[in-house]
Amino acid sequence: MTATTAIVGLGLTEMGKVYGRTITDFAGEAIALALEDAGLEKADLDGLLVNANSSSEMVPMLQLSLGLENLTLVNAMNSAGSTAGNMLQWATQAIDAGQATTVACVYADAPLREGGSASEGRYSGRRFSGDGLAGLSLAYGAYGPGNVGYALALRRHMHLFGTTHDQLGTIAVGQRKWALMNPRAQMRKPMTLDDYHASRWIVEPLHLFDCCLVSNGGVAVIVTSAERARDLKQPPVYLLGFGQAAPGDNQHVGSEPGVNTGAKRSGELALRMAGIELADVDVLELYDCYTYTVLVTLEDYGFCAKGEGGAFVEDGKLGPGGSLPTNTGGGQLSSYYMWGFTPLSEGVIQARGQGGERQLDKHDVVLVSGNGGVLNWHSTTVLSTGPAA
Amino acid sequence: MSTIPIEPEGVLPSPAKPVPVVDAPSRPFFDGALAGRLMVRRCASCGTWMWPTGGIGMPLRPRCIACFSGDLEWAAASGRATLYSFVVMHQVYDPAFADDVPYNIAIVELEEGVRMMTNVVDCPNEELKIGMPLEVIFEQASDEVALPKFKPRVDE
Repeated sequence: MTATTAIVGLGLTEMGKVYGRTITDFAGEAIALALEDAGLEKADLDGLLVNANSSSEMVPMLQLSLGLENLTLVNAMNSAGSTAGNMLQWATQAIDAGQATTVACVYADAPLREGGSASEGRYSGRRFSGDGLAGLSLAYGAYGPGNVGYALALRRHMHLFGTTHDQLGTIAVGQRKWALMNPRAQMRKPMTLDDYHASRWIVEPLHLFDCCLVSNGGVAVIVTSAERARDLKQPPVYLLGFGQAAPGDNQHVGSEPGVNTGAKRSGELALRMAGIELADVDVLELYDCYTYTVLVTLEDYGFCAKGEGGAFVEDGKLGPGGSLPTNTGGGQLSSYYMWGFTPLSEGVIQARGQGGERQLDKHDVVLVSGNGGVLNWHSTTVLSTGPAA
Repeated sequence: MSTIPIEPEGVLPSPAKPVPVVDAPSRPFFDGALAGRLMVRRCASCGTWMWPTGGIGMPLRPRCIACFSGDLEWAAASGRATLYSFVVMHQVYDPAFADDVPYNIAIVELEEGVRMMTNVVDCPNEELKIGMPLEVIFEQASDEVALPKFKPRVDE
């Protein structure tokens, strides 16, 4: 297929323990940086897609806070960590249909507070406490529901296939090596496999270094038509393929929702639309809320068979110098946590050839994944340096 | 300087472990638990059993997960189950659990086909094994609430 749209602007604010700023402020700066990057102005925007999250600011009102006028596409979208890919898909379909020309897609958050701990904040699950059956999970001590959910899924994978902590640790160590070459990364200390094993348990089988960071900051991208993209400042990053899949989880026997994820169907849809095969992929940017998410996504995309993800990553092929460079900015594990905009932003940087020390020589096709809930919602995006693969 | 927190969901430590607040939709579940019965939902149309909600914080499922009928009823499960997955919590999110870590959180499969979250009791964490047979017990958390938990089952 030939791409009809492209990402022409990327804006990243300072990331991590950045205090005293509103989420709206991060979102506004990210959009301003993305416009400047593209050589566009505020008045050029006619679309705003907001990646809703658990904050009260990532809502349609953001348009009014930012003073954006005369939009023909505006929405706050939420399929959790898979939203970024779904926003690009809708932006493309709107542009193709003549409903918008220039769409900003934005993520921002500020869950960290000075002097506070991430375990006291929004990701603790304490907002679920209270009435009725909802109160059961905290009565059972299931705080940090994301951690608990992924740990339960990983336990199944370990049980069924013998996946080991050495294998998961290889993913964490490889991504830390990438992060050391990323000036934006929050984690800048080298990590060995011993360091990984020595990191404390959060909830077994998850070590601290199996878990992503929490970050304050914002990311925005600007999407416009492929035709217009060629006249703008940056090398266009063409949007070649999309997929999304949500298999469902009825908490009923006979399914393995934590082991067989929507990545399979979503990946097939995106590759088919792009007209490419896995062998054509030069760079992988996979949603990595946990090391396990990377492993299970590799399996479901078909880079290896189901259950063989551990053996597949064990030789370090995902890290610098490996045969399948993955999460080349350090990912959410070592760089910054901006939901689906973490893998997307690094994918744009690599496709443009702007990765500096960590830039890959071959970067024509970048496969980006998004994942939300406990492996409930998946999105896949194919980025390309050319309008056709 | 503003004293308004940026993070309104930020929370203060609670003095005691959280106990579910019984409300009208959940009353059959908690009344059953007080009487020693594990109440879940069953489709009156096709007989499929299911956990009452679709996830943490969600209301009662309005329709059958299999046939989409809206005719669901409360029904007592046998309480016999097997261990599907489990984790061991080390992080202390709430000081009320400080003396309990490391403690387990489990997903069990009821013999009716339903998966539910719980804790396994009367079994050291090191001896938890996926597939192990379990049976329900009820742990009194307050006058109004008994929590269904599971202990190893020895089949006769």
